[in-house]
Amino acid sequence: MDYIGEHLLPGKLGHFFSILSFAASFVATIAYFKATTGKTPEEENSWKRLARAAFAIDIVSVFSVFAVILYIVSNHLFEYNYAWEHSGRSMSMKYLLSCIWEAQEGSFLLWTMWHCVLGTILIFTSKKWEAPVMTVISGAQLCLATMIMGLYFFGGKVGINAFLLVREKFAEGPMFSRPDYLTLPQMQDGQGLNALLQNYWMTIHPPVLFLGFASTIVPFAFAIAGLWKKQFGDWTRKALPWTLFSCCILGTGIMMGAAWAYESLSFAGYWAWDPVENASLVPWLILVAGLHTQVVYNATGHSLRATYLFLLLGFLFILYATFLTRSGILGDTSVHAFVDSGMNLQLILFVVVFLVPAAWLFISRYRKIPHIAKEEATDSREFWMFIGALVLFLSSMFIIITTSLPVLNDIFGKKWSAGEDREFAYNRIEVFIAILLGIFTAITQYLKYKNTKKADLLKKIALPTAIALVLSILTSIFGEIHYDKYGAGFLAAIHLAVFAAIYAFVANADYIRTGLHGKLKAAGGSVAHLGFGLLLLGILISSSRKTVLSYNTTGINLNFDPGAKENPMENITLLKSVKTDMGKYWATYIDDDSVDTRTKMMFFHVKFHKKDDGETFDLYPNWIRSTKGQESISANPDKHHYWNRDIFTYISASNTMDQREDTAQFRNYPVAIGDTIYYSRGFMVLDKVALNPNDSKHHFSSTDTALMAEVRVYAKDSTRYTATPLFYLKDNIPHFVADTVFAQDLAIRFNRVFKDKIELGVKESSAMIPFVALKVYEFPHINLVWFGFLVMMTGFVMSIYRRYKLAA
Amino acid sequence: MKKLHIVILVLIAASIAVLVSFMGSLSTYETIASAKQKAGKTVTITAKMDNSLPVDYDPIKNPNYCSFHIADTLGNTVRAVYHGEKPRDMEKAERITFTGKMQGDVFEIAPNGIMLKCPSKYKDDPNAAKKNLTQNQ
Repeated sequence: MDYIGEHLLPGKLGHFFSILSFAASFVATIAYFKATTGKTPEEENSWKRLARAAFAIDIVSVFSVFAVILYIVSNHLFEYNYAWEHSGRSMSMKYLLSCIWEAQEGSFLLWTMWHCVLGTILIFTSKKWEAPVMTVISGAQLCLATMIMGLYFFGGKVGINAFLLVREKFAEGPMFSRPDYLTLPQMQDGQGLNALLQNYWMTIHPPVLFLGFASTIVPFAFAIAGLWKKQFGDWTRKALPWTLFSCCILGTGIMMGAAWAYESLSFAGYWAWDPVENASLVPWLILVAGLHTQVVYNATGHSLRATYLFLLLGFLFILYATFLTRSGILGDTSVHAFVDSGMNLQLILFVVVFLVPAAWLFISRYRKIPHIAKEEATDSREFWMFIGALVLFLSSMFIIITTSLPVLNDIFGKKWSAGEDREFAYNRIEVFIAILLGIFTAITQYLKYKNTKKADLLKKIALPTAIALVLSILTSIFGEIHYDKYGAGFLAAIHLAVFAAIYAFVANADYIRTGLHGKLKAAGGSVAHLGFGLLLLGILISSSRKTVLSYNTTGINLNFDPGAKENPMENITLLKSVKTDMGKYWATYIDDDSVDTRTKMMFFHVKFHKKDDGETFDLYPNWIRSTKGQESISANPDKHHYWNRDIFTYISASNTMDQREDTAQFRNYPVAIGDTIYYSRGFMVLDKVALNPNDSKHHFSSTDTALMAEVRVYAKDSTRYTATPLFYLKDNIPHFVADTVFAQDLAIRFNRVFKDKIELGVKESSAMIPFVALKVYEFPHINLVWFGFLVMMTGFVMSIYRRYKLAA
Repeated sequence: MKKLHIVILVLIAASIAVLVSFMGSLSTYETIASAKQKAGKTVTITAKMDNSLPVDYDPIKNPNYCSFHIADTLGNTVRAVYHGEKPRDMEKAERITFTGKMQGDVFEIAPNGIMLKCPSKYKDDPNAAKKNLTQNQ
């Protein structure tokens, strides 16, 4: 059948380029391999020329694939599944980019694009290491090319074809029997990007994270090259800036994800030990361990074997993370994992293809890797740096093993699941890791390589130790850290960790002054460690002192809930314009407002009034109704920032959520003054009717025609309310202003006037009451987390610059 | 033996101890039927909401009490109680994991014991896309 209106050329072109990139990276891998194993310089050079040409073609193809996808998406060619499933007509450029890397194919593409950039830099800078290093990178390009190739071999699918047509993907759809299916309404627009992802973080977080992912291959490739060429220790100085770069960017990518989660998602925190978060943290921890042993080796000749192990594992765990997050295996344990896309075997092979040669090279040449037989002195810097690296590594192993429970279940046929309290299962271990790392970070800089003069050490370290002790004792006493949810033992550990974090900060700050005499050029490490101390302190304080402000203690209409005692009551309900007691604050739900009809954003205006000092502030948490087809709602928080804390709130329920029909009807009663109307929960009496009321609520003058009924409501529980429904004429048209008694689910309307009576309409309905249920948290010193992290990254950048200068 | 080796051994021994204790704190995946037999013990059930029975959540009365029925793939249903807000879109999810324990006839869900997929990930689900495609025909 000939379909009408399809644009098939871009897809053919794109698919051609994705196959070309596969072929080119295949040639590049072989040619670089031959260049590495070449016997003569001429042979090496001729292979290298071919390899470079092939890699250049790969670069052109990869960027062409991206350009074609961008063309398809930005021209709204909805016959392509990519455009139909991920984009929409109303999306701006930055979200068109976001929707490209929302998809599995797109994120793989992002990864290979960064490999192209890094590969180009390495071709120009790595000199004698070019051939072996680029063999590894071209090999990775080859694997990634298969992920977006979308070819069928022997009945098995290899990769996802990014240029699949909608009618190919859903071939059984009856609509595709029509040649003009593109004119059907559902083909006029795409599914669009989930409103939750229409956020600037979605534009920047994936590219940075994938640059981090991509960059881990560089230290890995250098390590492979060292083993392969049997030049075991020659590459470590050259590769050190790359290891630093990788730690820096991967760390930034992870932290951007954390900031996104905190800023605009309703996870109520920046880290939840979700398996997908862990999967990216683990390679980072291992690489940081490798970074330290690499520095040790460069300075002393110790720890080369450990350096190999860590740098190799860093990248291998990136591959493993790719398998975990994309295979669907985390489906039941992570909120972020992709669902199964039928590529599991391919994803496993991606790990195996790199694991087997790396393990074989490492094990078979392990004994040949030079090491120093003489033991490190226990007061030497290298000894404690190694132990610190080991602690980092072991903690990463703990995290990855526990994260891999679903994998272990599959292998061993078990049914384990994380216990009731996942976060605490990690926190109770990691708090001790934090204590160890904080103290190591503080002291180790003061030790010298080889050995340290005891008297010297004590003299230098006495002052920062004393300062840190004083500061942390003050923090412990006045810092209001009373996190006793898990008992005194855990609380004590938190206090110890606070000391360790402060110690790390103070000692490194002082080391810049005394040890380096204020020379900032060489202070990258100290600055990074100082930032680490702040980050740790921020994490400890903001988590242990995170408080729920919205505890539903005072309770309006608090039902009897037998489980409520042991369960946190984190939601509080605010009825519209009813000032509600919320612990330290009064909270009032003012109104809501839909601003953006496209994304259907709805803002809720909530006013907070602090009881003790009378300070008021307004927050506007909002709801986004998702794009078409998915009538889901996502809550976006709003925050009030202070320098030392955030007040954070998001909406968990509202009457606007269900948009349920109000089926209750007004029942009409003709009444005279003094008459009684009964309703289900009490009765009401018409007290009087006032002409042209002029009070705080209404301002009518004698020239108007307005009547206000005053109705006194007597509820069964003997509470009394007054309702004042209004009836007035404007331009000879009657207007009604009904009044409501929310607490009694009542609405009362002034319908009309008879000779000696008036007619009142009474409605009983719970659906009419505008309300929001929300959670309000306080995060003290959350800014320390972000600030500490930025300082740490500044330290990384300083170190990259310095190590690059030293290596050059 | 080198001092470093001793330290390494100690750290590894500590890690194993940590792992063992972690394994001890794990719960298991159960069906509704097997969870009923392990009353009082924390378990994880993979199920979805039984939409044929009403959800009891009235935030005006109590925003921290939500009661509904869940059904597993074996066709068993049980009433579940969660002491928090009703998670959005719970009705639509095909697979939800609930962590909690059976108490009497009721499955008491632990705080944060409901795990729903982040909505951004529904889209990769081919069934969801198919539904959207045939929706407006």
